Amino acid sequence: MPDRVITYSEAIREALREELKNDPRVFLMGEDIGIYGGAFAVTLGLYEEFGPERVIDTPISEAAIIGAAAGASLVGMRTVAEIQFSDFIAIGMDQLVNQAAKIRFMFGGKAAVPMVVRAPIGSGTGAAAQHSQSQEAWYAHVPGLKVVLPSNPADAKGLLKSAIRDDNPVIFLEHKLLYKTKGVVLEEEYLIPLGKADVKRTGADLTIIGYSNLIPKSLQAAEKLAQEGIDVEVLDLRTLRPLDTEAIAQSIQKTHRALVVYEAPQLGGFGAEVAAFIGEKCFDDLDSPVTRLGGLEMPPPYNPRLEKQLVPQVEDIVNGVRKLMKG
Amino acid sequence: MIEKDLARNLLITMKKIRIFEEEAVKLFAAHELPGWLHSYIGEEAVAAGVCLALNPGDYIASTHRGHGHCIAKGVSLRKMMAELYGKETGYCKGRGGSMHIADFSLGMLGANGIVGGGIPIATGAALGSQMKKDSKVTVCFFGDGASNQGAFHESLNLASAWKLPIVYVCENNLFAETTPQADHQAIRNISDRAAGYGMPGVTTDGMDVMSVYKDAQKAIERARSGKGPTLLEAKTYRYRGHWEGDPQPYRTKADIEEWKKKDPIANFERFLLNQKLITSDEIETISEEIANEMNDAIEFGRTSPYADPQACLSTLYIH
Repeated sequence: MPDRVITYSEAIREALREELKNDPRVFLMGEDIGIYGGAFAVTLGLYEEFGPERVIDTPISEAAIIGAAAGASLVGMRTVAEIQFSDFIAIGMDQLVNQAAKIRFMFGGKAAVPMVVRAPIGSGTGAAAQHSQSQEAWYAHVPGLKVVLPSNPADAKGLLKSAIRDDNPVIFLEHKLLYKTKGVVLEEEYLIPLGKADVKRTGADLTIIGYSNLIPKSLQAAEKLAQEGIDVEVLDLRTLRPLDTEAIAQSIQKTHRALVVYEAPQLGGFGAEVAAFIGEKCFDDLDSPVTRLGGLEMPPPYNPRLEKQLVPQVEDIVNGVRKLMKG
Repeated sequence: MIEKDLARNLLITMKKIRIFEEEAVKLFAAHELPGWLHSYIGEEAVAAGVCLALNPGDYIASTHRGHGHCIAKGVSLRKMMAELYGKETGYCKGRGGSMHIADFSLGMLGANGIVGGGIPIATGAALGSQMKKDSKVTVCFFGDGASNQGAFHESLNLASAWKLPIVYVCENNLFAETTPQADHQAIRNISDRAAGYGMPGVTTDGMDVMSVYKDAQKAIERARSGKGPTLLEAKTYRYRGHWEGDPQPYRTKADIEEWKKKDPIANFERFLLNQKLITSDEIETISEEIANEMNDAIEFGRTSPYADPQACLSTLYIH
C-alpha cells in the first residue's frame, strides 16, 4: 500500500478523532470549534461526528475556558481546550499558571489535571502583533506544565495522542504555517512519547537545534549547505518541558557545533535555555561558541515584508551556519 | 420548624470553625505557625449553612479564607492543623499551607490563593458533573472582592449559558481585603449581578445560619434538577483583619462590636435554647468535645515530621 500523505491539520484532527473514540472522558471545548470547525478548520467535522456534548462551542472567555478545562479534568474528564490564537492564552494565564500547573503540587500530589490546551502560534499570516506571537518560553518556564510543539504531520498526530493520554496539563502549540504542510502519516494508531527529541537529519559538522516551523526551514537550509559541503544535523526538540537534554548532548558530542534557532524574540526565548545547557554541560565538546538565531526584538508587524524580517528565514539559517563553520 | 439533628449539626459545625480559628490565631501569634493566616471568625454561618445543605459527594471550591469551608465539608482537623504547621502529615504534605487545603475524597476541590481564581475551576467541575451525569452539585465560594474579577463574569456567563449544576456563593463581608465595598463597586447587593447572566440572584442573611441553609437548599436543588446556577450572596462580616496582623485602619472597633451583636453562633444557641432543641448542658458537652478534638489536632500538627524536600520534587508530575 502506498504511504498516506495528509496535512498537519488533518493529522491533528485524526488524533482528536481517535482519542474521542477511544475514551469517553475526552471532550473538546473552544471558541467556534463546533459547526464552524475552528478558526483554522482543525476540528472540522468533529461536531457532526461526536455531537455538541463532546465538541463544545464556548463563549469568548479564555480564563473560563482554561479554568473550566482544569476543573473538569480535576473531576475525571480529559479535556482538550482550543484557544483560537495562542496570544489569547494571556487572558487565561492565571488559570494555566497559578491553577492548572500548580494543583497537583500545591495539594500534596493528590490531584490529577489531565488536560491539553491546543493553540496556534507563529507569524507569517499578516495577522500582526496580537495574533502572531510565539510565547512557548512563558509556558516552558512553569514547573507543572508540559510544552509540546510538533514540526510535521506525523509528529503532530503521535504527540497529540500522547498529550491527551498524559495525566498532566500539556500545552500543545501548532504553528499556523504548518497547518497546510503535508507528510506521511500512518493510518493506524501510534504514540510518540513526550520529552523525546528527534534527529530529523543526521550530519557530522554542526547541529541546528530547533522546534516547530523552524524545523522545515532548517531542513531546507541543510540541503543548501550540503551543496557547499557542510553536513548539518537537525535536531527537533518537539517537547520543551520536559527537555531532552540527553539528545542535545549526544548530538553536540558528534558535531561539536550548535546553532539554536527559534522564532520568538531572541532575548529570553527558549533557545537561550538550550544554549545555556550546551554552554554548561557540553563546553568541552564545542569547537565554536554555541550561537542563537532568534526573532527580532519587536512585536510581530503587519506589513508582509517587515513580518518576514522578524523571524529567521532559510537564508538567515544558512548564513548563521556558514559563520559558525568559519569560526 | 427545624429538626433537632440538623440544628445540632449546624451548631457543632459553626463552633468547630470558631474554635479552630481561635486556636489558629493564637498559634500564629505565638509564631508556631509559619506563613499567612486569613481568619474566618464571624462568617461561620455561611460555610455551615451551605455545606450542610449539600450531599456528601458534592463538590466545593474555596478561597484564601477557606478554613471554615473545609471544616464544614468535614475535613480532618488533624490533617488540616498539620498542614498549617507545614508538616508531612498535613493535607498537602506541607506544600500548600493555609491557602491550599484540599480533600478530594470529600469533594473539597481546594482553597485558592488567587482572589476569584477558583471560580473557573469550580465551573469546570460542574461541567464535568453535567457530562458524567453524576448528579453532583458544585458550590463555589468567593468574596465581594472576587466579584470584580474577570474570571467571575466569564464563569457565571458560561455556567448560565450551559445550565451547569453549580451554586456561586458570594460571602460579602463588606471589604475587598481592606477596601470597603462602597469604594470598589457601585452596587450594594452583589446578587444584582445575576440578572446580567440570566440566573437567579438571592441575598441571604449570612449571620443567620438557618437563612443561609434554606436559601442554599433552594439553589442546590435548582442546580441538581438541571435548571442551572444561582448567585447566592450572603451578607456577613469578618471580626478579624484581612490577615492576621492587619492594623485595620479602614473600620472602627465600634463597627466590629455592632456586628458582633449579630453573632451567628451566640444567636443560634439562644434560638435553640428558646425552642428547647438543645440544653445548656448539651452545649457545654459539645464545646468540650470540640476542645478535645482541637487539642488532639494541635498536638498532632506540633509533633508530626516535616516533609522530605526530595519527595516534594518527585510529585510535581504524574509519570
